Amino acid sequence: MSLGPYATFIVTSYALVTAVVAALIVWVIVDYRRQKARLHDLEASGVVRRSGRSAVDAS
Amino acid sequence: MTLTELANPSRFLALAGRILPWLVAATALVLLIGLYQSATAPDDYQQGATVKIMFIHVPNAWLSMFVWGVMSVAALGTLVWRHPLADVAQKAAAPIGAAFTFLALVTGSLWGRPMWGTYWQWDARLTSVLILFLMYLGLMALWRAVDDPSRAARAAAVLTLVGAINIPIIKFSVDWWNTLHQPASVFRMGGSTLDRAFLIPLLVMAVGFTLLFLTLHIAAMRNEILRRRVRTLQMLQASTSAV
Amino acid sequence: MTALAALIGRDIRVALRVGGGALIGVLFFLTVVVLMPFAVGPDLALLKQLGPAILWLGALLASLLTLDRLFMADHDDGSLDVILMSRTPLEFVCAAKALAHWLAAGLPLVIATPVLGLLLNLDGAATGAVALTLLAGTPALTFTGMIGAALAVTLRRGGLLLAVLVLPLSIPVLIFGVAASQAAISGPLPFGTPFSILCALSLASFVIGPFAAAMSLRQGLD
Repeated sequence: MSLGPYATFIVTSYALVTAVVAALIVWVIVDYRRQKARLHDLEASGVVRRSGRSAVDAS
Repeated sequence: MTLTELANPSRFLALAGRILPWLVAATALVLLIGLYQSATAPDDYQQGATVKIMFIHVPNAWLSMFVWGVMSVAALGTLVWRHPLADVAQKAAAPIGAAFTFLALVTGSLWGRPMWGTYWQWDARLTSVLILFLMYLGLMALWRAVDDPSRAARAAAVLTLVGAINIPIIKFSVDWWNTLHQPASVFRMGGSTLDRAFLIPLLVMAVGFTLLFLTLHIAAMRNEILRRRVRTLQMLQASTSAV
Repeated sequence: MTALAALIGRDIRVALRVGGGALIGVLFFLTVVVLMPFAVGPDLALLKQLGPAILWLGALLASLLTLDRLFMADHDDGSLDVILMSRTPLEFVCAAKALAHWLAAGLPLVIATPVLGLLLNLDGAATGAVALTLLAGTPALTFTGMIGAALAVTLRRGGLLLAVLVLPLSIPVLIFGVAASQAAISGPLPFGTPFSILCALSLASFVIGPFAAAMSLRQGLD
């Protein structure tokens, strides 16, 4: 696949898009784990929600 | 499952957990097909291989507008119906939309360099997207400026709706301004009529990116709900331990 | 109705006092216009060409600067809460406050334009055109800016955020204001086209501004 004289622009564009999308995915996953960990810690230390149910649902 | 049933965050969490794997798979599949089609697309007689940048630039530009639309609907949910998930939907979408807008700008700039000779051109479309990017950043700044999540959501909702009204006005104004100051070389990005060989990869990538947004949005909404629970529990903990 | 008239009168009187900030806007306008030649050079021909743009930018920034006073003073001394509790619809109150603000802060900018036009080597017709477009456009700036002011009123360091929120919304007004001025001075374009769009933007802001501002105030202050 010959990308012509402006190959660097094409490759850079695709690389940037991949990088930013990857960063978004990583952010979402890391944030998820962090919130779950905090919820576990809080519930382990005895705090209870008004409804009495666990904050960390089966999801 | 109706919207009112979905208003229960726990039920949403359960649903999110179930459909996310499918969404991830669908997104990956469509994006891979789109990437393959983009790679094997023919060269444009005028732009050569750089037309391939269009396949990632246009979907990002489309999404930057689409996400503001999603946030506007969520903003209506917050202000008019006080739907509990509307706040969460609004907040989760903003950074994702901003990222797509940023990518639209950058890919547009990189596409413009071979075409116009400069990295930036005050062409109507790029300028409108730049203003939209500023609006996203302003919105994200507003989210961070207010502590209470519900109050932040309502303020953000007003700004989102005002922004939504303004986006067509800005687009029209910038278009008008650009025709007034028409630069010497006019280059219509993508051309007005697209050959099928380019249209199909473009549409597939657009669908793929939209699926990507949906996946990221639902996952981010889930995180936001958990984040609010953390905050509630932390406040409970602080109040009960401050005896 | 008398409640609104009283509110307008009070706001204007407060703004015109020494600490009120209305005439400071004109001073800032003057400062910006004076700064421009230092940045672009004293070439009179160039300044004449850039004149309408410089005047419009100066007016935009000056009007932005005085915007946070729209609600901040009332919020600080508690009168905003009293106003919210009164029987007058909040939308009308916001419109009245915006009108008062424009009379005290926006109108002086329009009046100052002919003097500043001299500094930029604009002739009578050009200055008149710019002043007319500012007369039509500064209400739009005030009424749209009011939305940002209402959103930022409950934030402690809201000033810069206000500017960031309001500026994208002001761009259409700027575009058509300058275009109308240029059309009157030199352009092949008829003055009427951009000018009527500018007026339309102002009229639209008279409706959208108070509604959005009232909504923001209600959400932000309960």
